[in-house]
Amino acid sequence: MEFFRFNRDIPFMAWRRLGAVISIVTFILSVFFIATKGLNLGVDFTGGTVLEVSYSQTADLAKIRSALTDLEMSDASVQNFGTSRDVLIRLPIKPGVSSAQLSETVLNALKQADSSVEMKRVEFVGPQVGEELLENGALALLFVSLGIVTYLAIRFEWKFGLAGIIANLHDVVIIVGCFAFFQWEFSLTVLAAILAILGYSVNESVIIFDRIRENFRKMRGASVTRVIDNAITQTMSRTVITHGCTQLVVIAMFLFGGEVLHYFSLALTIGILFGIYSSIMVGSSIIMLLGVKREDLVKLEEKKPLQDDGAVV
Amino acid sequence: MNRYALWKYLIIAVSLLLGLLYTLPNFYGESPAVQISPLRVSASADTTLLQRVEDALKQANIVTDGILLEGNSVKARFVDTDIQIKAKDLLESALGNDYVIALNLLPNSPQWLTNLGALPMYLGLDLRGGVHFMLEVDMDGALEKSLDRYSADIRSTLREHKIPYTGLEKQAKKLILKFRDTESRAKAEAELKSNYPDLGLSEEEIENRYHLIAVIRPEAQIRMQDSAVMQNITTLRNRVNELGVAEPIIQKAGADRVIVQLPGVQDTAKAKDILGRTATLEIRMVDDERDLDAALRGKVPFGTELYEERGGSPLLVKKQVLLTGEHITDAQPGFDKDNQPAVHINLDSSGSRVFKQLTRENVGKRMAILLIEKNQAEVITAPVIREEIGGGRVQISGRMTSMEARDVALLLRAGALAAPMDIIEERTVGPSLGAENIARGFNSTLYGFSAVAIFVIIYYTAFGVISVIALAMNLLLLVGLLSIMQATLTLPGMAALALTVGMAIDANVLINERIRDELRSGASPQLAIHTGFERAFGTIVDSNITTLIAGIALFAFGSGPVKGFAVVLCLGILTSVFTATFVFRGIVNLIYGSRRKLDRVPIGKIWIPKQSLTMSKAISHDEEDVDDDAVNTKKRKIKEQKKESIQPEATQVEAKTEVNSKVDSVAKTKPSERTASKVKSKRKSSDTKQSK
Repeated sequence: MEFFRFNRDIPFMAWRRLGAVISIVTFILSVFFIATKGLNLGVDFTGGTVLEVSYSQTADLAKIRSALTDLEMSDASVQNFGTSRDVLIRLPIKPGVSSAQLSETVLNALKQADSSVEMKRVEFVGPQVGEELLENGALALLFVSLGIVTYLAIRFEWKFGLAGIIANLHDVVIIVGCFAFFQWEFSLTVLAAILAILGYSVNESVIIFDRIRENFRKMRGASVTRVIDNAITQTMSRTVITHGCTQLVVIAMFLFGGEVLHYFSLALTIGILFGIYSSIMVGSSIIMLLGVKREDLVKLEEKKPLQDDGAVV
Repeated sequence: MNRYALWKYLIIAVSLLLGLLYTLPNFYGESPAVQISPLRVSASADTTLLQRVEDALKQANIVTDGILLEGNSVKARFVDTDIQIKAKDLLESALGNDYVIALNLLPNSPQWLTNLGALPMYLGLDLRGGVHFMLEVDMDGALEKSLDRYSADIRSTLREHKIPYTGLEKQAKKLILKFRDTESRAKAEAELKSNYPDLGLSEEEIENRYHLIAVIRPEAQIRMQDSAVMQNITTLRNRVNELGVAEPIIQKAGADRVIVQLPGVQDTAKAKDILGRTATLEIRMVDDERDLDAALRGKVPFGTELYEERGGSPLLVKKQVLLTGEHITDAQPGFDKDNQPAVHINLDSSGSRVFKQLTRENVGKRMAILLIEKNQAEVITAPVIREEIGGGRVQISGRMTSMEARDVALLLRAGALAAPMDIIEERTVGPSLGAENIARGFNSTLYGFSAVAIFVIIYYTAFGVISVIALAMNLLLLVGLLSIMQATLTLPGMAALALTVGMAIDANVLINERIRDELRSGASPQLAIHTGFERAFGTIVDSNITTLIAGIALFAFGSGPVKGFAVVLCLGILTSVFTATFVFRGIVNLIYGSRRKLDRVPIGKIWIPKQSLTMSKAISHDEEDVDDDAVNTKKRKIKEQKKESIQPEATQVEAKTEVNSKVDSVAKTKPSERTASKVKSKRKSSDTKQSK
């Protein structure tokens, strides 16, 4: 069985104008939504309290809201998630109110309104912790980006490093843009998913770059465009299969993982899908744009002569 | 070429065995238990305690599933939670207040596994339920407090040495001393310098007034902060003991933070109450003249209270408070001049003045140090005053072991929090959600694994099956490794476990695709397997390193659940590289490597593009005598393709012919190589026949 049957190389590089338009448009749209709509930051980053409660019967949201209004917490958000019996209550940080006792007060009020309420999860994050987590998240993103650039630069060449990281940061911006557009909750686990997918997506760029290097050695007379087209076509099948396999697992997570893993798997899905596109179109387009030459990699070849140990295409 | 040395197979076998062994405890589940541990450091759990527990349970006819002594606690296992709670209540009344009696869960794995150190994975709070608090020490508050103490001390020092000053003012984080002339200021500065090394002094002149500004040195501030945090941790530990939590975690996080994790605790209100309460220390006099027996019968004399000394006899204590704990600056265990265990207490200047007077008036009498928490008082120690004690350095010795000295010092220090603390983060997970989360993580992994397995087996046939075996072993090793390391498994950690499955299969896909590539370009099966693995290895390492970078960053900058994700992700990458390259290769070598005549690689049907037409011809020609499905299909495909007409772009023709010619030359050399190897293997087989 084989999914991809190409008799000749697909002229990906000929389509790179179209690719550039798609990329730039989605990128600008993402930035636009991030700037205008903003992210629906989770309690991890903003600070505040989240209560997850479950009732034995369908929860009466209006009753819960009125109970909260009695406590002068009308700015709390109350919503169902998963089933109609599970309720998520978000309370923003209020200056002056002892935040540690807040959850107890709310729970007691809810218990008075309906005794069948069961506390499942309480999360309280102080404002200073939220700021720190956001700061650490940004630091982690920076660290990962620099680490990947450095690695690719050592392993290949600086042009590849730059291309790889641009292609993948482009994915990151689009994931974040989706979260801004749909106003999905951006939590710490989503950030973890984004960083993991950043590391993972680079894999695909690495595989293509690997092929490009190999092709530069073997297809001596060929133009750069042809070398790249051939490399992408050759690796296409595995790119889609590996991403598809990972996506299968992510779907399982999405279906069975519950509340906490919901947005986590959503971020992974967008990352994986855009990862396929960006490693094919964006990364390679950028190395062409940076003017990659055979000579860039020939130096490596001289140091480490390739063992011609078999048939290769 | 596709053979592994015996030692390589041994490594695989040993890792498989270890993986199985350490994964095993996770399947046994847990049973309810009661854990009895001594409240104080000085007491230890020993066989006598074990005997006491056993007897108490036997008397009440409570059947245990086994009692064991482990570490510094006795653990009794029960069949169900009803009996467990009954036993807890019983033991609480039978053993008294000297022990922490907590409900716990014990792994059901057999003893021989436990002896090997094979324990189930350590579940995080989001999987087992419980409370997580992060508390921040209010350092500004602590600094304020100590500046207050310094200002009182400085006043008395200046008065003692008769140095005139016009005022002492406390401003934000500094003390301003005002003098009328430089002479008295110089004198004061010299005096303060020798008495208070932790203060940084600087001079200032404003409108003929001479100021001396005292600030707490930064290094002293850091020391203060550290000791305040440490002291708060000891206090918290004592308080948590009261909650009866089996495995509490109380640890320092960063410069001024403390993390408290209480697995299994549901009553967060009580937990917060106990963690946040304030305690005070009081020094009072013991009344030895009144009738103790009458007091014990219930007639407590007027003006006194009846207490019991910690681990000792009852005594009557006067109600009048002579000194409070605020004046105690430090308490450390140590030894006196006779090398007997002792507790050294430092008092501040006003405290030492009061103490001097108090000891002068009460030589030969006993004083009592009481710890008052939540209106409940306890006498920590009641030493006899031998002589007048001045200078604020107090030593309590005699009638105590070094362990007891440590206990008392700890209580004196930890009675009250060194600095106020605020809860800045709280995460509570109910027990039902914990169980649900385990099911969620488990299902995600199970269904994800199944989906991947089905796809890979269909797509790559026999090699797919081997890939799935390698993937399963990866999961086994990962779970085993997590169990060995006892790393905390959280729900995001379980997500990482599932994600590892999805990412680990990539390496197998890479290898399989490479082998197909090699086959497509006309390599012999054995050679294709060999070069496929060789070529894929570099790519696998490359691509995993980038994910590893992300994992390390998450570990370094993440907190709590995200850290759990990072740990599993990083370990998963390591195990997957091992299983995908080493184990996968090992199984392939074991099955196919030893075959002298491997006609085809069972890796699914391979489609050959038109480019390699000439080369495929060569193959089919060479293997004409071989009845092989794969080759036949190849032939059929090639024929079909021939019928189609292609019109390649003009620009690409040139390059293509170049490739073709290259391929051609390779293909030409190939068959001859193959025949040579065939001849070789034939010769070999005939040799073996002869030797037989």
